Amino acid sequence: MKLQGLRFGLSLLAIVFLIFTPYPQANSKDNTAGSAPLEISSRDYGDALVVGSIADARNLVPILASDSASADIVGVVFNGLVKYSPELELVGDLAESWDFRRDCRVIIFRLRKGVRWHDGEPFTAADVEFTYRKLIDPGVMTPYSGDFERVKSFEVLDKYTIRITYKEPFAPGIFSWTMPIMPKHLLENEDLNHTDFGIYPVGTGPYKFKSWRRQEKIELIANPDYFEQRPYIDRYIYRVIPDRATLFLELQAQGVDLTSLSPLQYVRQTDTPFFKKNYRKYSLTSFSYAYLGYNLSLPLFADKRVRQALNYAIDKQEIIDTVLLGLGRVCRGPYLPESWAFNPAVQAAGFNPAKARALLAEAGWHDSNSDGWLDKDGKAFEFTIITNQGNEERIKTAQIIQRRLSDIGIKVRIKVLEWSVFLSEFIDKRQFDAALLGWGLGLEPDNFDIWHSSKTRLGEFNFIGYKNTEVDRLLEQARRTCSQKERKARYQRIHEIIYEEQPYMFLFVPDITAIVHARFQGIEPAPIGIRYNLIDWWVPAVQQRYRIMR
Amino acid sequence: MLGYIIRRLIGIIPLLFGITVVSFAIIHLAPGEPTAMQELMSPRITYEARARLMELYELDKPLHTRYIRWLSRIIRMDLGTSITDGRRVVDKIVERLPVTLALNILAMFFILVVSIPLGIKAAARPDSLFDKTTTIAVFIGFALPAFWIALLLMQFFSIRLGWLPVSGIKSLDFEYFSWPKKILDLGWHFILPVFVSALGGLAAFSRYVRQNMLSALAQPYIVTAKAKGLSRRDVLYRHAFPNAILPLVTILGLSVPGLLGGSIIFESIFALPGLGQLFYTAVMMRDYNLIMASVILGAVLTMLGNLAADIAYAYADPRIRYR
Repeated sequence: MKLQGLRFGLSLLAIVFLIFTPYPQANSKDNTAGSAPLEISSRDYGDALVVGSIADARNLVPILASDSASADIVGVVFNGLVKYSPELELVGDLAESWDFRRDCRVIIFRLRKGVRWHDGEPFTAADVEFTYRKLIDPGVMTPYSGDFERVKSFEVLDKYTIRITYKEPFAPGIFSWTMPIMPKHLLENEDLNHTDFGIYPVGTGPYKFKSWRRQEKIELIANPDYFEQRPYIDRYIYRVIPDRATLFLELQAQGVDLTSLSPLQYVRQTDTPFFKKNYRKYSLTSFSYAYLGYNLSLPLFADKRVRQALNYAIDKQEIIDTVLLGLGRVCRGPYLPESWAFNPAVQAAGFNPAKARALLAEAGWHDSNSDGWLDKDGKAFEFTIITNQGNEERIKTAQIIQRRLSDIGIKVRIKVLEWSVFLSEFIDKRQFDAALLGWGLGLEPDNFDIWHSSKTRLGEFNFIGYKNTEVDRLLEQARRTCSQKERKARYQRIHEIIYEEQPYMFLFVPDITAIVHARFQGIEPAPIGIRYNLIDWWVPAVQQRYRIMR
Repeated sequence: MLGYIIRRLIGIIPLLFGITVVSFAIIHLAPGEPTAMQELMSPRITYEARARLMELYELDKPLHTRYIRWLSRIIRMDLGTSITDGRRVVDKIVERLPVTLALNILAMFFILVVSIPLGIKAAARPDSLFDKTTTIAVFIGFALPAFWIALLLMQFFSIRLGWLPVSGIKSLDFEYFSWPKKILDLGWHFILPVFVSALGGLAAFSRYVRQNMLSALAQPYIVTAKAKGLSRRDVLYRHAFPNAILPLVTILGLSVPGLLGGSIIFESIFALPGLGQLFYTAVMMRDYNLIMASVILGAVLTMLGNLAADIAYAYADPRIRYR
C-alpha cells in the first residue's frame, strides 16, 4: 500500500508542533461537525488552507531552522530520506528502501528515482551527500550536527545508492535521516549562514515556496509534480498573528482555517454554536512532557526518599484539571505511552500526602520547633523552583506545587526568569534548586543525552547531575544493540529505575489542540496526528473560499 | 546659521560614540546569550553544536575585541548580519520601515487634525461645557489601555458588524488586486490601528494647544487686536494661533524618533509587521547586531530631531538666532 503523508522530516525539530496525535476518547467526542465519508473520485482541487501562527518563521534553511514555525514550513517544502508513518513506524520518504543491519553500523539507502526539485532539476545521491557535508561542516551554524558527527564514512555508490558507516554501532542513527535534504545545485557555492536560500527555499515536498512577507505571511503553492500525488489544496498560507486574542477573533471572522487553541479557548470559548457549525476541534497527544528537575548535587535532594515523598505530595491530576482544564495525562516516566520503550508495568505513584510525610520523617525531616515547617539539623526544608517567563502553564503548575508542598511543611519559593537568562545563567551553570521545564521528544527513545552521567558538562542536558551506573550501562548498550526487542528490554528497565529514583518529578503530558475549518474533508486522525495526510485534504468546490486569480 | 548646523552635526559624533560604548557594554554584559533552544527543549540540539554556534557568533571572544570589531564595521557603514537568519541587519530594518512609518505619520496627522481645533475651541471658552467634555473625553482616551480598546473595537467593527478586517495590513489576495483596490485595501486595514494609536496622543496634544492658546490670548497684542475691532475668528486664528503653535514645533521635532518607534503590544494586537516586533524579538534572541542597530537608529534620530526642532524654532521665531 502506498503510504501518503506530509513530510515529517523535521520531526527532529520542535516535534510537538508538527505531530498531532489524537487522544482517542477526546477525539471522537470533539469531532463535532463529523465528516461524512465521500467518494474519493468526487474530490475537488482548489482553495487554500490558512494556518494561523503566533510566531513567524526565523530561517527556512532546513538544517539551520530550530523554531517550530520554520519547522512547520520546512516540513511541507522538503523531504527527509525517511519519515514516520501515521502509525509511528519509520518508512521511506526520499529513500525507497534501506538496510540497517550488520551491528547497526552500516546503512544503505536506495533512493527514489524520478524525484525532481521544485526548479525541475533531478534529485540524486549527490544532494544527500551535500546535505551531510554541510551538517558536519564546522562553519555552518546548524544545531543538529551531533548525530552526524558519528558517521565514519559517507559513500555514494551510484546515483541512487548511498552507504553510511558509523564509527561504532549506533541504533538511533536511522532516525537522524528524517533530516530534510537540500539541493546541491542551488547551494554548492553559497555560504549557508548567509544565503538567500533561506528566503526562497527550493525543496522536493508537496508544496512549493511562493512568497514570504516577514511577520505577515508565508505563501506556498501546491507542487503539481509531487512524487506521491498532487495536493488537492492549491495554497498553504501561513499567517502570523502574534496575539492569541487577535488570533481567536480571526477564527471568529473565519480568516484562519487551522490553528492551535489554549485550554481555555478549547474547552470554553469555542463551545458555541458558531464554532460547532464552522470548525472541528481535535485534541491530540503531544510528544512532550513537563517535569520538575531537582539539582541532585544539593544535599537537600540527595536522599531518594525525599524525592519520592515530594512525588507523593503532588496530585498531578489536579494540575491537569486546573491548569490544562483536563487536556493532558499524568506523565509516568521518561518515555511516553506511545513509545515502544514505555514500560506499562511502571505505575504512577499517586497522590498520598500521608505517605509523603512518613517518608520525610523516615529521612529525618520533622517539625521539631513547631513552626509549621519541616526541619532537620536546625535547617528548615525550603527551596526555590525556577521556571521561564511567558509560559503560564508552567507558572501555574509551580504555584500548585508550592501550595501542596506547604501542606506537608515544605517552604517553596518561585522564581520566574526570562528564557535566555534562565537557560544560560541558571540551568547551564547549575544555579538552581529545582527547575520546572519540558522536553519535546522525538519518536526514537534514545535519551542518552538527558540521563547519561557523562552528559553533565556545562550546557549539557543532564543538568540535574543524575548518575546511576546501571542506567549508564543500559543507555550505552541500547544504542549499540540493533534488535528492537533487546533495546526495548533495556529502555523498559531504565524507565523502571528512573521512575523509582525520581530525579525528576514527572508531571504531565500535555495535549496539543487543533481547530480546523469544517469545510476541509479527508482529515483522518492517526497516532501521529492529523497533518500527515495534508495532501489528501480537500474542499468541495461549492465551499471553497479562496481562488487563485492568475 | 550654517556654521551652527555644522558644529552641531560634528558634535553628534562623540556623543554617538559614547552612546555606542555604553549600550554595547550593557547589552553584552546583560545575562543570557543567543540560543537555538526553544522553550520546549529538544535533546537533539547537542552540546558540541551549541559550542560551535558560540564560536561562530564570536561570543567566545572578550568584550573589547567584539566592540572594536563591531565599531570598525560601523565606521564602514556596515551594521552586520542578524544571528537568527544571517540576513543583513539593514535589509531587515528597511523591510519593516514602511509599516511603522506609515502608521506613525498617519496617527500623528490624525492627532494634529483633531487636537488643534479641539485645543483652540477649548481655549476660546475656557471652562465651558465644551472644554470640560472634551477634556474628559481625551483623558479617557489617554487612560484606556490600547490592547483592550483595540480588542473591543475589533470585536464590534470586525466581528459583530463585519465592516473592517480583524488584523494584518493586507488582504490574503492582495497581490492579485488592481492598483486602486490595493490602496483601498491598505486604507481599510489601517483604520483601526491608526485610530487606536492616535487615541492616546489626543489628550496631550489638545491640552498642549489649549494651554498655549490661553497664554497667547492673555497677551496685550490680543487686546489690541480686539480693540481694532477684528472678528473673533481673526483674533483666534490670525493673531493668537501662530504664536501658540510655536512650542508645538519643538514637540514635533522631539517626536521624530517616535516615528520609527514601533510598539510591540500594538503591533502584536493588530498583527502588523513593524519595527517594534523586530527589535523586541532581537532582544529576546540576543541578536546583538540588530539590537545595536536599533540603539543607533534611535540615538541618531533623537539628535537629528533635536537639531531640526532648534532650526525650525529659529526659523519660526525671528527673535531666536543661533551663531
